[in-house]
Amino acid sequence: MSTKTDYQELEALARRGRWLAISTVAKSGAGHVGGPFSAMDMLIALYFRVMNVKPEEPRWSDRDRFVLSKGHSSIGQYVVMALRGFLPVEELKTFDKGGSRLQGHPDVTKLPGLDTSTGSLGQGLSVGLGFALGARMRGQKFHTFVMLGDGELQEGMVWEALHVAPRYKLGNLTAILDWNGLQQFGWVLAINEQHRGDRRDPWAGIDLRGIFEKLGWRCIEINGHDFSQIIPALESAKAAGDSEQPTMIVAHTIKGKGVHFTEGKHEWHSKIATKEELEVIAKELNIEEAIV
Amino acid sequence: MKALRDVFGDTLVSLAGTNKNVVVLDADLANSTKADKFAKAYPDRFLQMGIAEQNFVGVAVGLASVGFVPWLSTFTIFFTHRAIDPIRMLVAQTKANVKLGAAYAGLLTGLTGKTHQDVEDIAIMRAMPDMTVLAPADAIEGEAIIRWATEYQGPVYLRLARDASANVFDQSYRFVPGKTISLRDGGDVLLISTGPQSVRCLQAAEALHGQGISAGVLHVPSIKPVNKEEIVSASEKVKLVITVEEHSIYGGLGGMVAEILSEAAPRRVVRFGIEDRWGESAPNDYLLDLFEMSPARLSERIKKVVGGR
Repeated sequence: MSTKTDYQELEALARRGRWLAISTVAKSGAGHVGGPFSAMDMLIALYFRVMNVKPEEPRWSDRDRFVLSKGHSSIGQYVVMALRGFLPVEELKTFDKGGSRLQGHPDVTKLPGLDTSTGSLGQGLSVGLGFALGARMRGQKFHTFVMLGDGELQEGMVWEALHVAPRYKLGNLTAILDWNGLQQFGWVLAINEQHRGDRRDPWAGIDLRGIFEKLGWRCIEINGHDFSQIIPALESAKAAGDSEQPTMIVAHTIKGKGVHFTEGKHEWHSKIATKEELEVIAKELNIEEAIV
Repeated sequence: MKALRDVFGDTLVSLAGTNKNVVVLDADLANSTKADKFAKAYPDRFLQMGIAEQNFVGVAVGLASVGFVPWLSTFTIFFTHRAIDPIRMLVAQTKANVKLGAAYAGLLTGLTGKTHQDVEDIAIMRAMPDMTVLAPADAIEGEAIIRWATEYQGPVYLRLARDASANVFDQSYRFVPGKTISLRDGGDVLLISTGPQSVRCLQAAEALHGQGISAGVLHVPSIKPVNKEEIVSASEKVKLVITVEEHSIYGGLGGMVAEILSEAAPRRVVRFGIEDRWGESAPNDYLLDLFEMSPARLSERIKKVVGGR
């Protein structure tokens, strides 16, 4: 069982992950912040507590699989993989630079430890379905996790996979919805309604959980920033690996979570922090390393 | 003579006995594509994915990653137009070991009309890095290519016509990726073609022979990779090259030959194919005449081009 102390350790890792993400993006001059921050706590939980992986043997055939379907949050995955030992933290500097293993969107042909490539939204759940189906056919016991964005859920291909996975009774497949409630540009509302300018509500007023359940998914609804909810949800999903129902973890999150001025701000979908902002962020995240 | 779709179903059944990793994914067209033969023989390795072609491409990538050799089966059009984004990002860009069994290729799609006649697929698929693009002419070559593609590690797009074509190859045929095949020598004009249209080119060349025109026929089953030197050396023997394909004249085999020859051996290249228009629902013979692909119409057209040189 996980303890409170464990969660403190995970929280510290998540703060460091957020710092590495935002400072790497700042150094690189491009990249995303809001999405990696909303996903960070769950990424830490997956890589440090839940998934059975071997950083020293990234292609180990029985490893649990992870697909970051919202591939533009790549820097979030890279920093967590670096903290976990899949790559040197130093290598984060190469993010988005020519010749780097750390491409703008995850590239399975470049970085060992990735399980597929993503970037064009809506495609990751299908690959995860293939991993899970393949595991069942092979008699392998690994679990497959796929993280989706709520904006991404507007892609039709996601719904193809949402419909097919329950038909194959894939209890070894878990989708995680990072429901941060913001997308890049957002909806112009109906005629005569003012655009609120806040990019909110990719799924305004829609009972997504109800829809997933009707399609045949077992749903667990959590606060995606609270380790005392994240860890039990992920562990319960994994424990249901032999069951006949895939799991959907509906995680309510805050885009830009972790720093007071990035939280809930669509502007931070892909914004570069200034040197002054980085100093504030470092303080807020309890980071002591020098700011370059 | 055997319909190429039957070749597809039968060959998969035959090779699946020894290759236990072969699985077939269907998008609800198995009785048309003849993947149903595999469903009957290997129900546990036949995966119905429903009318959802983007997803089935992604699922195949996951299956390939754990060691299966997935053959996807649907109509050409649903690969190259509906599921092209996952084919590009998940299959080609990751070099996934996924085989795209594109059925009902070209114009002759069994009375379905322009919605189902894919005359842009070669242009799309050959522009994609790491994709192999193959188009067999007859049943023997079809079987050989399906067997080769199953053993090859990497993405393959199989452009497979629906119906039968006269056999041009015998059992000694062996497929070599990239290799072109001279079906007939000729000094006046070289016809370069692919898929079952090569067979009709051969028939046209035979008819032209009796009319004093010596037409060679070069068959290109492997559009990507392709042996450029063979295209060049075959073309250097004639002053006129005519490409013939059940495909748009833009970017397909004709485009490829023009690209190769303009750089390496400039000469006149005339492209026969679909000239920037859509097809329609009609029997095969009607369509072949309409687009001047039947041996009779083709030989008339070739005669005009050769005579007007």
